[in-house]
Amino acid sequence: MTLRTKMNETVEPERYELLKELPVLFESDRRSFFKFLGTGLLVICSAAKTTAWQESGGARRRGGQELPQEIDAWLHIGEKSKITAFTGKVEVGQNIRTSLTQAVAEELHVPVGSIELVMGDTKLVPYDMGTFGSLTTPVMNLQLRRVSGAARDALIAMAAKQWNVDAARLAATDGKVVDAQAKRSATYSELVKGQQITQVLPAEDPLIPPSKWTVAGQTLAKVDGREFVTGRHQYPSDITRPGMLYGKVVRPSAFNATLLSADTKVAEAMPGVTVVRDGNFLGVAAAGSIEAEKAAAAIRAEWKVEPQSSSKELFEYLKTHQETPEPGDNYQFVSGDVAPVFAAADHKINSTYRINYIAHAPLETRAAVAEWSGDELTVWTGTQRPFGVRSELATAFHVPEEKVRVLMPDMGSGYGGKHTADAALEAARLARAAKKPVKIVWTREEEFTWAYFRPGGVIEISSAVGTDGKITAWEFHNYNSGTAGYRTYYDIPNQKIEFHPVDSPLRQGSYRGLAATANHFAREVHMDELAAAVKMDPLEFRLKNLNDERLRAVFEQGGKQFGWSKARAANHGFGVGGGFEKRGYVATFVEVALKPQTGEIKIQRVLTAFDCGAVVNPDGLRNQIVGANVMGIGGALFEAIEFQNGRIINNVFSKYRVPRFQDVPPIDTQLIDRKDKEPVGAGEAPIVGIAPAIANAIFAVTGERLRTLPMGPQLAAKGYLVS
Amino acid sequence: MPTYELRINGQPRSVEADPEASLLSVLREQLGLTGTKYGCGEAQCGACTVLIGGHAKRSCRTQVSMVAGKEITTIEGLAKGEKLHPVQQAFLDEGAMQCAFCTSGMIMSSVSLLNQNSHPSDKDILQSMEGNICRCGTYPRILAAIRRASSTAKEERP
Repeated sequence: MTLRTKMNETVEPERYELLKELPVLFESDRRSFFKFLGTGLLVICSAAKTTAWQESGGARRRGGQELPQEIDAWLHIGEKSKITAFTGKVEVGQNIRTSLTQAVAEELHVPVGSIELVMGDTKLVPYDMGTFGSLTTPVMNLQLRRVSGAARDALIAMAAKQWNVDAARLAATDGKVVDAQAKRSATYSELVKGQQITQVLPAEDPLIPPSKWTVAGQTLAKVDGREFVTGRHQYPSDITRPGMLYGKVVRPSAFNATLLSADTKVAEAMPGVTVVRDGNFLGVAAAGSIEAEKAAAAIRAEWKVEPQSSSKELFEYLKTHQETPEPGDNYQFVSGDVAPVFAAADHKINSTYRINYIAHAPLETRAAVAEWSGDELTVWTGTQRPFGVRSELATAFHVPEEKVRVLMPDMGSGYGGKHTADAALEAARLARAAKKPVKIVWTREEEFTWAYFRPGGVIEISSAVGTDGKITAWEFHNYNSGTAGYRTYYDIPNQKIEFHPVDSPLRQGSYRGLAATANHFAREVHMDELAAAVKMDPLEFRLKNLNDERLRAVFEQGGKQFGWSKARAANHGFGVGGGFEKRGYVATFVEVALKPQTGEIKIQRVLTAFDCGAVVNPDGLRNQIVGANVMGIGGALFEAIEFQNGRIINNVFSKYRVPRFQDVPPIDTQLIDRKDKEPVGAGEAPIVGIAPAIANAIFAVTGERLRTLPMGPQLAAKGYLVS
Repeated sequence: MPTYELRINGQPRSVEADPEASLLSVLREQLGLTGTKYGCGEAQCGACTVLIGGHAKRSCRTQVSMVAGKEITTIEGLAKGEKLHPVQQAFLDEGAMQCAFCTSGMIMSSVSLLNQNSHPSDKDILQSMEGNICRCGTYPRILAAIRRASSTAKEERP
């Protein structure tokens, strides 16, 4: 595997499993579709050209239909002017239900209100690896535009045939095919009436370029906003089924514990209680959540626990528990030769940066409802990977994947933290024993303890810079936190960059921006250290070492709007941090104010300039950028997981501080709308600039160089209070 | 199990419940009012906020036995038919949500604030809302929505 591939695909240990071979690609046959949706036109779009899948033997016979394997999206046009588009992507708060609806409306020429998106239901949607890596916009937006464009052309062709005219003289508009010459038109539903047509299209049609968009590119309010403000929307934790019980897992007393014994007699004697002990799994199901809690509390379990490391010695641990990379893994990038340059450098800097473990803490904890019908299992759960969850369930219960259906109602966020099937497995195990549907909703303590974390890390950087301000050598070692964003985008002739996997002390995984939050923090703080060493303005120094035109643009335009070149007020400092992540270009600027008498530091304002190609929904994008900055403030200043001997110490919101109303400064956004570029994702990249920008602004006003995330404890030790 | 006569969204509701059961679990599990959310169970996040006699209350730490006979309002009871409460409308108008799991609690806390103080300053709003977490970080828009509701709702509120 080449380094390039590794860099793109392998980011966190949690995601290694995503590289496994993909399971079945096509789920529902044509007949079940029409049964579900009614008659009409079903358009199936294959990104790979039709001939490609035919030649590769990719077509499989199923239900009498030959269908391609490389299916990305499908779309149904029904009789009642109803358009249903299907995608394996899921809505987790990133507003993708709305922006994908805009994509369909744009190409199909239909009103937004006539479109329904079916998302993340493994029985109905095409296979999808999951909603992560900011891939929904660059991949699914494009695919839904393709399938919609293909459907529009198919409808025009149907009308042309019906009217016996040349398709070239027909146009699609507002849900109709119009023949201006003959002054006639037909709605899409009239054209498909009474038919069951399946079209498999190669999607070679040219798409409407962003510069000509009329629906996409515009602000559109959340398509189902009313459902949320009225409390009607059903999240995974809100799902109920007839006869449903509530489950509760009896958790081990520490990580990696083994169940030695369990006295379940009292619990089993409680009315309506089912107790399950299966290996290390111990849980109950009862009529209500309080009954389940009481039954679980009545169980006396004994666990064998091994001594484990603690957060106090985290950074020593990470340096001393390196793993040997798997054969074929290459986490090293080298260009030029750093050693001779360091030996002869004008200025050489060595710095170490430390990153604590943090929690995603999505407001909706993990939740699942599981229901068995014979050997068929249906699970509603909050996950970013419905097909991954299906696969985990099928494996755990020894049933074929076709027997498992996972549905993912739009959920209460994830931030990369809901990739696994935990709650789904627990609910399914209890439901099988109780012979009734079972709901599991994790408590906040469970979410803080038994979910996985954004990895902690140690990052060591050595660099050399000439008195002219040109960086000549760059050596970067990341221990444990991950490879996302570990390469530098600055133009440096001699580089050695390496990721060192570690036998991690905690269960760790994906997070918003993955390791890019850590790698950008280290790199962008180090850039400030270098600028200080050669007595250059930090922004000017970055630009001196940067050729990439789009990254220069966010730094330059953001700096201009922020007023970087203006004089700082007394006891005010400016800081900047930015970079390139998940195909987006970001630069964040921060102003802080210091009260010298008290040591109080306040973030006065933030500005983020962002380029993610053509903007699909400006309002939704601004919401994401502001939200990413707010979330980033938590990791920058005060979020850190404390653990000891296999237990999480700060496992509640009263002990684990997340950003609240009063922590949030005014946050401005500057969108660089590149109509000449295809749109890319925006949920992750805007988080990477805020932490280094804050650190650099605090340095500007205090002279204190902060190299640990979160910065709050280090500041407090030096007599500062940051808010 | 004892029976409690509750008054929820103007309707009498009779429930049999464990006296220790939280109002939140009764709303969600027995009455099907799932608009009120579980976020933490320790009255730290505000997702479960309801109104008791017009005042914000964390339903996760309120035992059902304590609220019998009191006027309970949940997110489902705010709109008058199809007409949204001005605070709900303001949240829509400002796009003040992302995943929206906090939205019910945010709206109920905002309604409570405006019930007590129809013209809150920004400082009043921030202080009053400090107990509500939006993990997606939509705080600036929620602040804007409360400001908007405060200015538009004046004449509409009784």
